[in-house]
Amino acid sequence: MTNHWVDFKNADVLLIMGSNPASNHPVSWKWIQDAVDKRGAKIICVDPRFTQSAAKAHLYAPLRSGTDIAFLGGMIKYIIDNKLYFEEYVKNYTNASFLVNPALKLPGENKGVFSGLTNGKYEKDTWSYQTDASGVIKKDKSLKDPNCVFQLLKKHYSRYTPELVSRITGTPKDKLVEVYKLYGSTGKPDKAGVELYAMGWTQHTVGTQNIRTMCIIQLLLGNMGIAGGGVAAMRGEGNVQGSTDHGLLFHIWPGYIGAPTASLTTFKEFNEKRTPQTKEKDSLNWWKNFPKYSASFLRSMYGTNMSINDAYATMPKLDDGANYSWLMIFDQMFKNKFTGFFAWGMNPACSGAHSNKVRQALGKLDWMVNVNLFDNETGSFWRGPGMDPKKIKTEVFMLPCASSIEKEGSIANSGRLMQWRYKAVSPVGDALPDGDIMSEILFKVQDLYEKKGGPHKEAISKLTWPYGKMVGKHFHYDPRMVAAEINGFFLEDKKIENPTKKGEFKEFKKGDPVPTFAWLQDDGSTSSGCWVYCGSVGEKGNLAMRRGQVDATGLGLFPEWAWSWPVNRRIIYNGASVDPEGKPWDPSRAVIKWNGEKWVGDVPDGVGDPGKGRPPFIMKPDGVASLYGPGLTDGPFPEHYEPLECPVEKNLMSPQKNNPVIKRFDKPGVGSELDVYSGVTSCDPRFPFICATYRVSEHWQTGVLTRWCPWLAEMQPGMFVEMGEELAKDKGIKSGDKCIVSSARGEVECSAIVTPRFKPFNIDGNTIHEVGIPWHFGWITTKDRAYNPGDKKAEVFTHGDAANLLVPTIGDANTMIPESKAFMVNVVKKGVK
Amino acid sequence: MNVSRRGFLKLSGAVAAVSGLGISLKPTSAHAQQLKIKYAKETTTVCPYCSVGCSIIVSVRDGKVINTEGDPDSPINKGSLCSKGGSIYQMAVNENRLGKPLYRAPFATAWKEVEWEWALEKIAENVKKSRDASFKRTNAKGEVVNRTEGIASVGSAAMDLEECFTYQKFLRGLGLVYIEHQARI
Repeated sequence: MTNHWVDFKNADVLLIMGSNPASNHPVSWKWIQDAVDKRGAKIICVDPRFTQSAAKAHLYAPLRSGTDIAFLGGMIKYIIDNKLYFEEYVKNYTNASFLVNPALKLPGENKGVFSGLTNGKYEKDTWSYQTDASGVIKKDKSLKDPNCVFQLLKKHYSRYTPELVSRITGTPKDKLVEVYKLYGSTGKPDKAGVELYAMGWTQHTVGTQNIRTMCIIQLLLGNMGIAGGGVAAMRGEGNVQGSTDHGLLFHIWPGYIGAPTASLTTFKEFNEKRTPQTKEKDSLNWWKNFPKYSASFLRSMYGTNMSINDAYATMPKLDDGANYSWLMIFDQMFKNKFTGFFAWGMNPACSGAHSNKVRQALGKLDWMVNVNLFDNETGSFWRGPGMDPKKIKTEVFMLPCASSIEKEGSIANSGRLMQWRYKAVSPVGDALPDGDIMSEILFKVQDLYEKKGGPHKEAISKLTWPYGKMVGKHFHYDPRMVAAEINGFFLEDKKIENPTKKGEFKEFKKGDPVPTFAWLQDDGSTSSGCWVYCGSVGEKGNLAMRRGQVDATGLGLFPEWAWSWPVNRRIIYNGASVDPEGKPWDPSRAVIKWNGEKWVGDVPDGVGDPGKGRPPFIMKPDGVASLYGPGLTDGPFPEHYEPLECPVEKNLMSPQKNNPVIKRFDKPGVGSELDVYSGVTSCDPRFPFICATYRVSEHWQTGVLTRWCPWLAEMQPGMFVEMGEELAKDKGIKSGDKCIVSSARGEVECSAIVTPRFKPFNIDGNTIHEVGIPWHFGWITTKDRAYNPGDKKAEVFTHGDAANLLVPTIGDANTMIPESKAFMVNVVKKGVK
Repeated sequence: MNVSRRGFLKLSGAVAAVSGLGISLKPTSAHAQQLKIKYAKETTTVCPYCSVGCSIIVSVRDGKVINTEGDPDSPINKGSLCSKGGSIYQMAVNENRLGKPLYRAPFATAWKEVEWEWALEKIAENVKKSRDASFKRTNAKGEVVNRTEGIASVGSAAMDLEECFTYQKFLRGLGLVYIEHQARI
């Protein structure tokens, strides 16, 4: 989230699209309602289903799953055609004026794709900017040059007329225009609009571009960096912001440092390649500090046990261009690539797309370690539906871990707020905190290598692990010491010039905490596990523990409640909330303001002294936000493509049906025999209905915790399929009937819930139905499965298995997040063919 | 007072019956509420479920969780909780929690309870065996890659920040590159 939860109260218009906060982030509604009650704010909800959020909205518009870019592309056109954009903001704070290579071809003039497409991949040389002799990007501040970003944007979205958008999305034209008009009203300096999204936008083959489209809108309207604005990525887990910050993904080290690839053979080369350069004279280009963060991270791995260059050489490298993400893991596992697997605090047998493939893949392992609070479908996969344990070789360890109130440590919410949790009670039985478990496995592995040797042994033996001590037979891991390492400290005595005050020096002693990331060094004298958290632990202790109630601005920033990254800033990009002279665009909602001597309010972002011309988006090399985004794999502007499985024969926007650069597992030699699909090249009458997965308030994720909690299991006891009254009538289904929902990959038994919340779509004259299923269920807590003596048995049984049994192996072109929000199914009453 | 869930339902039924006799319920309920957390030690926590980050007060007596409720001091939730946040009592007080390491041997049809020490040693041996067998110094192009290709990991946003950091350290130290978790799905 660019802003934070309480900030919803500062908005004038809230667009809920790609999410359902009333159900899935219920307490956030306190602040949405506050905006309505106190400011008279308006809520717009756009969703295939009339959700609980829609029920509280002032304006609801339905759209077919997977057509968000068409819907929002139409909004861009409306904003430009009706001059609703915030011109001064667009000119100064975005790349609207940049001139692009005249050789660039847009999809409208190039059969639905951008120029440069070769063998399912884009060569981006025509996507470049025009530069002068010294390398500075050419600009046209009047925004009239036909090759400037603004004119290209206008041209690209000129195709997204309300008529065409309505034929694609199924949204009635008058509703489209009503939404465009209301949201477009926030383009004035004294109006703020925020967008709220979640997995409804990410889980598509165009997921990244869904969000990009909204970013373009927010930039056109001047809604980024201001109170009540921003793009709110509402995360699905308590610490998924933090686990991402800390690099538990193949492609990033902690702090969003891109993991090194094999071609970058030395640390010097790695830093040179990854540190962005700019010729824009006023741009701060914050990532120029990359070598300080990479060096400090390597120090946090190996301390002074080896040189930084050796530490870099020791770390594992990715092959250039290779992908090691989730869908690849289970594809490779199915093909016998792995002997060992950790499923730590996860339940991929239910959470992984195409769960049948995942469950089969687990049987190809030699061993698996599953760490969890409860028995689950992953740890017990070998005795699940259709499995014969006597034929499954996998050795499984299911390790009991402490719950969140049985240990201490911190988590980061969607607003980047790091909050400390205390230990209330000891763990159940012999359960241990995750930190203790991983410590003990590491020590035992280190012992084995010490005794027996092995390849590249120093990578393991020289890791630093100064996090606690042995208590009795077990290592007691102290999270406070880890938090201090994440923040960072000096490895030697050091005198440093204040990065913000020339000529002023400060002396640090070995072991002193580093005050903020601006003080980190590239010479190995500092260690910091995750630079964005630098400043969280220092002389004043661990700031995540703070409980201060002060709110001086009245905007709900609460700067002394816990701590948020970076540097306790509550609204990032807030340098864009003031004009180039430093005056707040909206004085009644000033996030920061200049008091004559310094900035007051939130921790300022990207501003120098007022009027000095520094562009505020300092994480971008050129200092401005990207209306035009040549960094993505699938195009510098978002373009509408159909989901891989879809109910239409053609993409009405262009001859290119699907995102042209997605990894297709159905191509020869790519996926496996289990990767089957329907409705890819043409509609498949066997699976005529669109399906999307969603959540209910009472369960969390796969239900791995909540299905075992009887209060929650009683409230939502099992798998259902929600469908509209028209479809139910066609199929002879009544609420409560047992139904079978099937896709090309599997089937799930569900209870029917027939509601007027789904209405058939009129897609270019055809009637198309959509249904929805929750993804919280699994066989382990059901009544009728086989139980061994001593097995845990839920106090309240649930029914039904995982929604992901139906979901295809296909991911977003940039992130490879699976397309769980638009795939094709059939629904029949149980027992009816 | 040790009241099970079913027992509590019976108890509230009894209170309703008494109030039906015309005796005021008010002082009774106030008295009962005060009793519930009397002599309890309070700590604060943050809800583990969605990402709003609501604060919760946990009341503990004699080493047992006796109550959980929204923390009114939090500027985010100001004491409110949703259905899930309101139920974290049951995550701690739950007979179905795993309390012992479980082991399933190849081709076995049931779990077996084992001791930590035994399980951890066996896991460490497995890790070494898989790593040694699949460790690649160089890739097909001859570039140094220093990676363990035969082990993968998924997890976890359910861990604390500190654990996430040390978990990636553990995995990258072992040489893994197949490192993923919930954020990708």
